[in-house]
Amino acid sequence: MTARMTKRCAIGALIAALSLPPASADSLRVKFGVLRQTHSSETLSILDLPAEDDTLAGALVGAEDDNTTGRFTGQSFAAADAKLAPGEDAVAAATRLVDEGASLLIVDLPAEELLRVSDALKPRGALLFNVSAPDDSLREESCRANVIHVAPTRSMLADGLAQYLVWKQWRRWLLIKGSHPADERLAAAYRASAKKFGARIVDERVYVDTEGGRRSDSGSVQTQRLIPPLTQNAPAYDVLIAADESEVFGEYLPYRSFDPRPVAGSGGLRPASWDAAHEQWGATQLQNRFFRQFRRGMNARDHQAWIAARMIGEATTRIGSAEPTALRGFLTGPEFSIAAFKGVRLSVRPWNQQLRQPILLTDGRMTVSVSPQEGFLHQTTELDTLGVDKPETKCRLQ
Amino acid sequence: MKTRNRDALFLLPRAGEGGPAKRGRMRARPLASPEGPSSDPAAPGHLLPFGEKGRALVFGFALLLASPAHAFLAYVTNEKGNSVTVIDTDKMTAVKTVKVGRRPRGVEISKDGAELYVCAGDDDTIQVIDTKTLQVTGNLPSGPDPELMILSPDGKTVYVSNENDNLVTLIDTQSKRRIGDVPVGVEPEGMAVSPDGRIIVNTSETTNMAHLIDTQTKAIIANVLVDARPRFAAFKPDASELWVSSEIGGTVSVIDPASHKVTEKIRFEIPGLSKEAIQPIGISFSGDGKRAYVALGPANRVAVIDTATKKIEKYLLVGQRVWHLAFTPDEKYLLTANGVSNDVSVIDVASLKVLKSIPVGAFPWGIAVAPK
Repeated sequence: MTARMTKRCAIGALIAALSLPPASADSLRVKFGVLRQTHSSETLSILDLPAEDDTLAGALVGAEDDNTTGRFTGQSFAAADAKLAPGEDAVAAATRLVDEGASLLIVDLPAEELLRVSDALKPRGALLFNVSAPDDSLREESCRANVIHVAPTRSMLADGLAQYLVWKQWRRWLLIKGSHPADERLAAAYRASAKKFGARIVDERVYVDTEGGRRSDSGSVQTQRLIPPLTQNAPAYDVLIAADESEVFGEYLPYRSFDPRPVAGSGGLRPASWDAAHEQWGATQLQNRFFRQFRRGMNARDHQAWIAARMIGEATTRIGSAEPTALRGFLTGPEFSIAAFKGVRLSVRPWNQQLRQPILLTDGRMTVSVSPQEGFLHQTTELDTLGVDKPETKCRLQ
Repeated sequence: MKTRNRDALFLLPRAGEGGPAKRGRMRARPLASPEGPSSDPAAPGHLLPFGEKGRALVFGFALLLASPAHAFLAYVTNEKGNSVTVIDTDKMTAVKTVKVGRRPRGVEISKDGAELYVCAGDDDTIQVIDTKTLQVTGNLPSGPDPELMILSPDGKTVYVSNENDNLVTLIDTQSKRRIGDVPVGVEPEGMAVSPDGRIIVNTSETTNMAHLIDTQTKAIIANVLVDARPRFAAFKPDASELWVSSEIGGTVSVIDPASHKVTEKIRFEIPGLSKEAIQPIGISFSGDGKRAYVALGPANRVAVIDTATKKIEKYLLVGQRVWHLAFTPDEKYLLTANGVSNDVSVIDVASLKVLKSIPVGAFPWGIAVAPK
């Protein structure tokens, strides 16, 4: 039953049938797993509905890029997909992938599931790449040595937005959070960012989720009457911040607030690791490659999976091995850096294995700005002005 | 003699000793810092307004009369302007703007100076422009999204990197026909040719390799791994070294073309700038090969490197996000295309000073200089 529920397809190495130099005799075949959840289709915008190949598509483009390099180095890369049906056990699926020879796993799972898989696979020596869970706890008190975090944390995302708002001198924030635990964790990240960069939360409100679907035929009629009272009688503020990770109301806020104010966070100007509209620094090339193959835009999870696949390829090329311990050593070492179409090199914070990265600020149509912003300085790298820095870390890798 | 005269012409009003107009001296200060308030002060000559030149002319009138015309034309591709700006290097001013295809980047001049080749990436073609009439006279059949190209030393073949299909295309410049393709890594970009024309080099941005290709057999003879996002390659004039810049890696790899090994990596350090901001792109060697000039992108500087010791002699502050460089044929000036500040910086090679900046079109990217 489980086997039938899990959609499995091994994607063979893409060996180009072109006139190429022969692969060296000691050719290396690397198989990595893509373990992914089925994401909720309860998105506020129909444009954000998850695709069937969500996350996987990015990993496949990454594998293809790795293989183009591999043609010259005698290395080949293949992705094995394991998409979990709702309620399916992630540990069992992960173990199966490792049994089938994939000891490098690109993982798109919620934090608690990721932790279970990480602990279960510890004796197997597997290395995990977290490409979706934004929880700071995974990089702090619950950090694990066998997990490299490609996805940015909530605190990195919030700091990226906060720097821009402070640069704009929009320092007074009205914060509206959802009623789910993830929303509170996101709200906490915004509170910390405000404190860190000198903004002020003038008032905080809660949008209670009364359950129910996101699609209806007359949605806007109710919504435009619902949002003004929620945002009424607020102290003077510059920008409305939504902390709505559960997609209940964030996108409802723009143009509907009682006071005419810009919206940011989970609606309006959103901090993200990637957006289908991003085209600076050569990103057009990647967007084109992705669109040509999958006929849809590349979302943040796809891009994070692409980076993870590229990290696997890059490290394997450099050290000539895909052995998880060696790979981890190289990826978290000072020699590693990777280009990801975000203007600067990305590297890994050795103390908690989080990928350093710029944060895009996007309205879904355009890249409005990219943080870190000018003037936010750091003694090591400006990228470390985003998120929890080394002196504050609670992570003890083991 | 001529050299001195022209230097004096640019330098006198900046120095501020005497001079015809006090207003001129005030305006000679940087009008705007190229990096915002936190940056160190701009070189005084940078962003010198055009009016300055006029004042200089008045002051150095006698010198100018003594100086015979010896101008060159520089062609600058404006990536977002969809145009090529023509600069007269005698007047040091833009004299013409030519409308070209979409997203023009790589630019080369035929060996006889009669034709200009411009990669129009978003039109998937290379446009041929008659340098006399400045009219587009035809196309070279590149692959999709041509970005950079290089002419063979005999001028008969142009080698093009097509960013969108992982191919290097070979085109005959006489018949204007495609004579071959070589499959390379992901997002091919930088192109170089050895002085004897036997080897071409392509860098692939996402594969992070320099591919050495035999021009006779059209086969890859070596793949050399370099740092992240290699964007440009150039042979030292004596062919003893191949230099490859890595934009994201922040280094220049020095490769031995015989053994295909990276023998050295040049790193850059600029006080007050994070290492992420230093992104090497264009490389130009002096004709004698003693010095190399490397454009450092958003670091807004050109590094001057002693090629014997690989030591960085100086960092020259130019405009914002400097992409590519070109010497005037007499090597008196080095011109830089500055993408974000929409200008071209003029470097005096003898004094290693940035003399002035010339406003051009939107997002200048490539640059080539031809004799008039």
